[in-house]
Amino acid sequence: MEWDWNFVWQIMPTMLQGVKITIIATLLGSALAAVIGLVIALLRRSPNRIVSRSVGFAAEFIRGTPLLVQLYFIFYVLPDIGILLSPLVAGVIGLGLHYGTYTAEVYRAGIDNVPRGQWEAAKACNLGPTQTWTHIIMPQAIPPMIPALANYFIAMFKETPLLSAITVLELMNQAKSIANSNYRYIEPITLVGAFFLVISLCSVFLLRWLERRYGRIES
Amino acid sequence: MDNWSGYLGLILQGAVVTVQLTLMGSALALVMAFLAGLGRLSRFFAVRAIATAYIEFFRGTSIFVQLFWAYFVLPFMGISLTPLQAGVLALGLNVGAYGAEVVRGAIQSIGKEQYEACVALNLGRWQCMRHIILPQALLLMLPTFGNNAIELLKATAVVSLISLADMTFQAQVVRAQTGNTLIPFATILVLYFLMALCISWAVRGLERRMARGLDGVRAT
Repeated sequence: MEWDWNFVWQIMPTMLQGVKITIIATLLGSALAAVIGLVIALLRRSPNRIVSRSVGFAAEFIRGTPLLVQLYFIFYVLPDIGILLSPLVAGVIGLGLHYGTYTAEVYRAGIDNVPRGQWEAAKACNLGPTQTWTHIIMPQAIPPMIPALANYFIAMFKETPLLSAITVLELMNQAKSIANSNYRYIEPITLVGAFFLVISLCSVFLLRWLERRYGRIES
Repeated sequence: MDNWSGYLGLILQGAVVTVQLTLMGSALALVMAFLAGLGRLSRFFAVRAIATAYIEFFRGTSIFVQLFWAYFVLPFMGISLTPLQAGVLALGLNVGAYGAEVVRGAIQSIGKEQYEACVALNLGRWQCMRHIILPQALLLMLPTFGNNAIELLKATAVVSLISLADMTFQAQVVRAQTGNTLIPFATILVLYFLMALCISWAVRGLERRMARGLDGVRAT
């Protein structure tokens, strides 16, 4: 079977639609993961043993099980208890939850890296807990962890084809349906690979820039 | 859900396939990690270029796409693989690319004085790598290799999509036959988690064993 450029141009519009959905899923998933990661990281620091332990275990569990199975779980099990989600919403929640447990570790490391003196100074200045977090700790903790967070978002981008398993019409699913209706697998599947390679290589450059811009921790 | 021991048996059959895939994939990944990791440190430009291309390609595209490519596109080029072979190949090559960076990082983190000591003792490049650098670097690689093995275990769920009867696939079968979604999926989630725990225990044990006698020698 030969590579056919005409066929490539013919399927390009459909593939680009798939790219759009893939990017939307990645962006929404990243936003959700950033929020969930922060919540998990804060809950794990809770002085209440029961809260911190159970959140810690839940995060370990989510990190130790495959994203695909979690997606099935969200998409097929939740409707049984009355929560009906559209495929894209279920996919975004799955991605956000799964990668939230990874970003939680990034947040934890970032928060732990803020020197003790800053906490003590905040207390000495009579700042409340909320003021300490929003004005002292977070502004110092977040810039150094931006590259690590971006790294996970790129990893998430590469996991988005899994959403095709729960019928989200993203890049992979578009390619599969094109392949199945035309009996040509080489072009669509190879194009998917090419799209992923191009987008992730671009994001690697963005990541390098982020590392130069934010990565350095002043010592 | 009557006759559920039969369904559990089905899921356990799938678990065996998952374990097989994980073991074979890890073996291939380990080999590729060392080949590509050492390749990136080679003196020869061509070897470095090949290793870098391999690593960037497999890290830059999704495991899912690689698997589909191995299973659906390779047959058109005359290479037919069974689902199991395609799965092991894609998983091993993908995780191997991540592992290669671990190997490279660990080797480069060994201090320069160790290489100088090799030169001073008149050891060849190969002898130096084999007897001096790798034994120290291996210890640094182990924890990350453990994480990679868990990533590989989780990635095996994807092979159910190329009709390989692993645990996720069998859970879908049970779901289709019983109409019950919660129990099969909850069961396999717990099983995956237990497997991941086993891997992290094994790696921790191995690390303790290999670190024996190195206390105080290791520069940390």
